[in-house]
Amino acid sequence: MLTNRRQFLGLSAAGATVLLPGSPARAEKLPTKARIVILGAGAAGTAMANRLAQRLDGAKITIIDARKQHLYQPGFTLIAAGLKPAGYSVSATSDWLPSDIEWISEAAAEIDPTARKVVTTDGKAVDYDYLVVATGLKLDFDAIEGMSLDLIGKDGIGSVYAGPDYAAKTWTAMDRFTETGGVGLFTRPATEMKCAGAPLKYTFLTDDYARKKGTRGKSEIIYAANNKTLFGVPIVNEKVRMLYEDRGFNTVYDHVMKAIDPGRKIATFATPEGDTEIGFDFTNVIPPMRAPDVIRDSALPWADKWTDQGWVEVDQYTMRHRRFPEVFAVGDVAGVPKGKTAASVKWQVPVAVEQLVAQIDGRESAETYNGYTSCPLITQVGKAMLIEFDYKNNLTPSFPGIIAPLEELWISWLMKEIALKPTYNAMLRGRA
Amino acid sequence: MKDVSIGMFIAVFEEIFGAGLFWGMVAVAGLILLAFVWQILREHRLESRRFLRAELWAPVGAVAAILFVQFVTNSGFSDIGGPIDVIVLILIGSAGAIGLTILTYVLLGLLPGRQKEAGR
Repeated sequence: MLTNRRQFLGLSAAGATVLLPGSPARAEKLPTKARIVILGAGAAGTAMANRLAQRLDGAKITIIDARKQHLYQPGFTLIAAGLKPAGYSVSATSDWLPSDIEWISEAAAEIDPTARKVVTTDGKAVDYDYLVVATGLKLDFDAIEGMSLDLIGKDGIGSVYAGPDYAAKTWTAMDRFTETGGVGLFTRPATEMKCAGAPLKYTFLTDDYARKKGTRGKSEIIYAANNKTLFGVPIVNEKVRMLYEDRGFNTVYDHVMKAIDPGRKIATFATPEGDTEIGFDFTNVIPPMRAPDVIRDSALPWADKWTDQGWVEVDQYTMRHRRFPEVFAVGDVAGVPKGKTAASVKWQVPVAVEQLVAQIDGRESAETYNGYTSCPLITQVGKAMLIEFDYKNNLTPSFPGIIAPLEELWISWLMKEIALKPTYNAMLRGRA
Repeated sequence: MKDVSIGMFIAVFEEIFGAGLFWGMVAVAGLILLAFVWQILREHRLESRRFLRAELWAPVGAVAAILFVQFVTNSGFSDIGGPIDVIVLILIGSAGAIGLTILTYVLLGLLPGRQKEAGR
């Protein structure tokens, strides 16, 4: 009997060994003395650091970022909907970085891609053979006249994007608004932006709370689109337009917020017919988004595209810089037509790593990024549409025939609420 | 999604529960299943009376599993939006029902006095 049990246990142990995950680290490591500098320890920079550490043997990897906190940004919507506390999105940068790399906890002040050098805010010069730009982007609140961060949570002003604490303050303001009713005003900027679905989600969520609290009849919900569409992918745009009609939202097009007056509770919009004012009792301010100043001041941005925004000039398929082949950009700062989301990072990072490793090894890689991005578009608490698409505006469902992308589903909500953050964390560690 | 693999799903589950708890739960589930098979092998049959009694707990397991998922998420029955949601609901219920049935069968088999009855 005992022998049998031992055999059983032995078998189980063997089974467990077979089942243990085969991570990319299992691939043979490439020996190299390359000096690799990663700018930014957000989603893209951290995932790059872990994957490169898994793939390279002997490389000197340095990550430069002053931020001690790592923010899980896809959680901001849940915080601003009162479903998670502000701490849900906050962890320590150091929790995620591999032990065998150097972390300089300063910001980059200057990038010289010709001399292959980065200078930090403390004046430290760091030379590199390869540079990965993953700084993320800057929320340009100053571009909206009258707006400042200290207004968030007061006078009906919210801003989901501004950070976890501001998302929590936004929830306070939205909770108050949906108790009383009034005019809810929702906008999006005219620049490229991270997660273009988030402004739509928050409009849906506010509507949902107003309905559940019985104040929807006393509320008007206005959505001010920056151009003539609600979403850049035509088939999704049509679906959202139908849902907006179903929910009774008033949509105005070609409206870009340029000023806000918290005292009078009036927002001013630039439109093709000139400036126009819209009053609000609650609004979710989303500022223009641009590359950080250190990028815009360098030679890295596109010269003929997004000139007011400064995204890094990379090949949209390889993530490699078009003029400086030893420079890569991943995440929000990359100048590609789509993909300022964590879901895009999850695809971009393995591609950039393969391209970079192949370059060190003196060969070419066939790995490419197809523009994939994903948006669990929440349409009420408990339901979402799992929308995935690529550069060509094709829908690219991960579970075709099983999870319909344009249906409001519970399973899509479950994925957002249960599986997304663990998937993100696994991505940070280079395991997904 | 790029690279949908078993390794990725395991990594995600490890992140949800923590590696220790996840593999602990897998081990416990595996041990219960092994005990179930071991009882059948030892008794040379599935003891029908005990299995029937165990099956009485199936609805409890089904309802408990569904309510548990709704409890840990901000969602409820009114969020069922399409056929796949009904299928997911059935799968969660089935998992709870089968799990509790097997667990009950094993526990009944381990109770003193029951083994004799089973061996008759």
